Amino acid sequence: MPTKYALLINGRPVSVEAEPDATLLSILREQLDLTGTKYGCGEGQCGACTVLIDGRAHRSCETPVSTLPGKSITTIEGLAENDRLHPVQQAFLDEGAMQCAFCTSGMIMSAVSLLNNRPNPTDAEIVQFLQGNICRCGTYPRILAAIHRAGAAKEARP
Amino acid sequence: MTVNKSLALPLEPERYELHSPSSVLFETNRREFFKFFGAGIFVICAAPKAVTLQESGGGRRNSEDNLPQEIDAWLHIGETGEITAFTGKVEVGQNIRTSLSQAIAEELRVPLASVRLVMGDTQLVPFDMGTFGSRTTPIMNLQLRRVSAAARDGLIAIAAKQWNADPAKLSAENGKISDLSSKRSASYAELVKGRQITQLLPAEDPLIPPAQWKVAGQPVPKVDGRDFVTGKHRYPCDQTLPGMLYGKVIRPPSFGATLVSADLHAAEQMPGVTAVRDGNFLGVAAPSSALAEKAGAAVHAEWRSEPQLSATDLFEYLKKNPQRPDDRERYETGDVAKVFSASEHKLSATYNIHYIAHAPLEPRAALAQWNGDQLTVWTGTQRPFGVRSELATAFHLPEEKIRVLMPDTGSGYGGKHTADAALEAARLARAAKQPVKVNWTREEEFTWAYFRPAGVIEIASAASPGGKITAWEFHNYNSGTAGFRTYYDIPNQKIEFHSVNSPLRQGSYRGLAATANHFAREVHMDEIAASLKMDPLEFRLKNLKDERLRAVFEQGAKQFGWDKPRAANHGFGVGGGYEKLGYTATFVEVTLKPDTGDIKIQRVLTAFDCGAIVNPDGLRNQIIGANIMGLGGAIFEAIEFENGRIINNAFSKYRVPRFRDVPPMETLLIDRKNERPVGAGEAPIVGIAPAISNAVFAVSGIRLRNLPMAPLLVSQGYQLS
Repeated sequence: MPTKYALLINGRPVSVEAEPDATLLSILREQLDLTGTKYGCGEGQCGACTVLIDGRAHRSCETPVSTLPGKSITTIEGLAENDRLHPVQQAFLDEGAMQCAFCTSGMIMSAVSLLNNRPNPTDAEIVQFLQGNICRCGTYPRILAAIHRAGAAKEARP
Repeated sequence: MTVNKSLALPLEPERYELHSPSSVLFETNRREFFKFFGAGIFVICAAPKAVTLQESGGGRRNSEDNLPQEIDAWLHIGETGEITAFTGKVEVGQNIRTSLSQAIAEELRVPLASVRLVMGDTQLVPFDMGTFGSRTTPIMNLQLRRVSAAARDGLIAIAAKQWNADPAKLSAENGKISDLSSKRSASYAELVKGRQITQLLPAEDPLIPPAQWKVAGQPVPKVDGRDFVTGKHRYPCDQTLPGMLYGKVIRPPSFGATLVSADLHAAEQMPGVTAVRDGNFLGVAAPSSALAEKAGAAVHAEWRSEPQLSATDLFEYLKKNPQRPDDRERYETGDVAKVFSASEHKLSATYNIHYIAHAPLEPRAALAQWNGDQLTVWTGTQRPFGVRSELATAFHLPEEKIRVLMPDTGSGYGGKHTADAALEAARLARAAKQPVKVNWTREEEFTWAYFRPAGVIEIASAASPGGKITAWEFHNYNSGTAGFRTYYDIPNQKIEFHSVNSPLRQGSYRGLAATANHFAREVHMDEIAASLKMDPLEFRLKNLKDERLRAVFEQGAKQFGWDKPRAANHGFGVGGGYEKLGYTATFVEVTLKPDTGDIKIQRVLTAFDCGAIVNPDGLRNQIIGANIMGLGGAIFEAIEFENGRIINNAFSKYRVPRFRDVPPMETLLIDRKNERPVGAGEAPIVGIAPAISNAVFAVSGIRLRNLPMAPLLVSQGYQLS
């Protein structure tokens, strides 16, 4: 049965009506026009749909809306502060860490989640954390470099 | 420009490129054009044939007001100075929006940011066959440079007339024409104000030589990169329209199945749902994707399936079922049979190539909207005009009534040539009388797209004891002709392609058959070298005259350290070639742990030469990306199929390269300022598979002749990563 849910997305309270098992991905894309979060596989295998829930990376294609009230959701659209890019976004630009860039939103959100817990991760930690994010264009080495750069930039900030 | 004589092979036609005849030629009234784009200067690059037709008065109706047909590119400078170029090429991640903009900015002498590129919108851009075959840089980049240079000279001519000055003394810089002697200058905007000038390209117009490039040749970042890191860019699957419905196609249980009966009643009862049966097509459209899913599941359909070939019988089938001999494509020189009968050093081997999937991260998507009998479709395709043509045929419409737009798309790799999703969305939208978006699921993408062709390649060779190849016989069954000719100097050659009726739907792929053909050829080269106890690199160079190809092998080897002593259980491998006008050589180092059988790729280096480099940063990205994509097909990717069904139709079942699979990778760019720039999206993929195979042989003595390679290794107790 369609139910009303009060959600907090990118710091803004929104109300949506959906079946309890509707995925966060479908709510973002179809009801809220937040299309920066992508569908890539629908089985949590590619990471294109990654968003932050209370600061941690989650696959929105596998997250039912009914589990979300009371939690804070951040999508790629909510990462920059006004015109100022998040350090991870800036690092992806600086490293040219994209080709078709369809994976980029998910990569960035996963990287933000990693850096929230490990401000200066090793290569091995990045690889392990982002193993679930696919880039078919093969920009992995640059993404790795971008995450290191963002980590260093965050460290340098007061 | 030097002509490369020894490698003057024609570009092999690729049978799996889905060519579209240029049946519709552009015809636009110049007054309409200015009405649409506003006043300014408008430069057209017409193909030589069209110019001839015009000059001879032949061809179609022609008046002063009509633009020539068969135009390659055009460019408009508006009254506010904004520069807009129009091309039928499309952006799928190969970064041509940036590299083409660089070429335009260079010749027009303007900052990169003042150039806007309209790509792949069939209403606004000149006809283009499509974005494939690495043609963008050698052809479109050059055409856009030419229109830009002509526009620059047109602006100089306007200024010269206005100032009564000698055009040769005026110069263009930073969006202005200046006369240094009189210190006058005028911006492009000022010069075109109120004018409506159309200009055809002069036959000869000097371009800025690559050695003097300032904007081109630089590692500039992706022009609209910010839109991608903020999620603002709208891919085809992100397009929306008011009142849009979500489409869902009900698929048959196996390939080629026939729809026997369908009960749409339950689906049609759902609120806002439209259900369609049209021949074998069965689909629904609904106000949400969830409801479309539900409605699709409520359709009861009966299909009749036919028994079909399974993967286990694939290679035997391909070998035994070539089409008629006159379907062969062949090349022959000298007398192969005679040399074989007289030679002592002979080898023969068979190489098998599996079907693989493109698996672009953005599955096919299309949004279709009807307005009376006018159809507009936004879709991700490498052939917007091809899609328009397919739609016209399917809906019995003239092409003028159809507009296809291609927003920069979530990759293609040769996998998005066809109109499938566009046709489905348009069919559902016509029935629903509302716009409909169809976004394929990953399972649909793995099943109903098309695959890189599987193939069997047989090679027989003969060599002199001193290491010269004397005879080369090469047969390719089904995988294709791209790169099937050899660039080694061999006096006696017989090279044949045998087409087969493929059990799976197959089509283009990054590098096409060149990956398979280079794999077989470069592994076989290694086999001959091993049989002669020669160093594989030295053996290649002994049989190779072409200087540019020698250079990528030699310079790559030097940087890689090919001549340095190899530690125990370390093996080196090399593979390379000439493809899509680019020269490439890839070097791989692997290690073996004898106790566990673990073979690990330690590092990869690719040396690459694509003439004068337009954007070294984008080029490096393409080379590394091609190698990583190539790793998948080399080591583990294969489509498993059984009786008309795809078994591994999900990312959880079909492994693609991930972070953990990527070894350290290095590029060596050979920038040749005196050679024309050519493409790089495809050629760098061909070296990685043979280089890995040859390195594994060097360290283990196991010869890997199949793509993917892992299954055989695993069967012998080894692991490759």
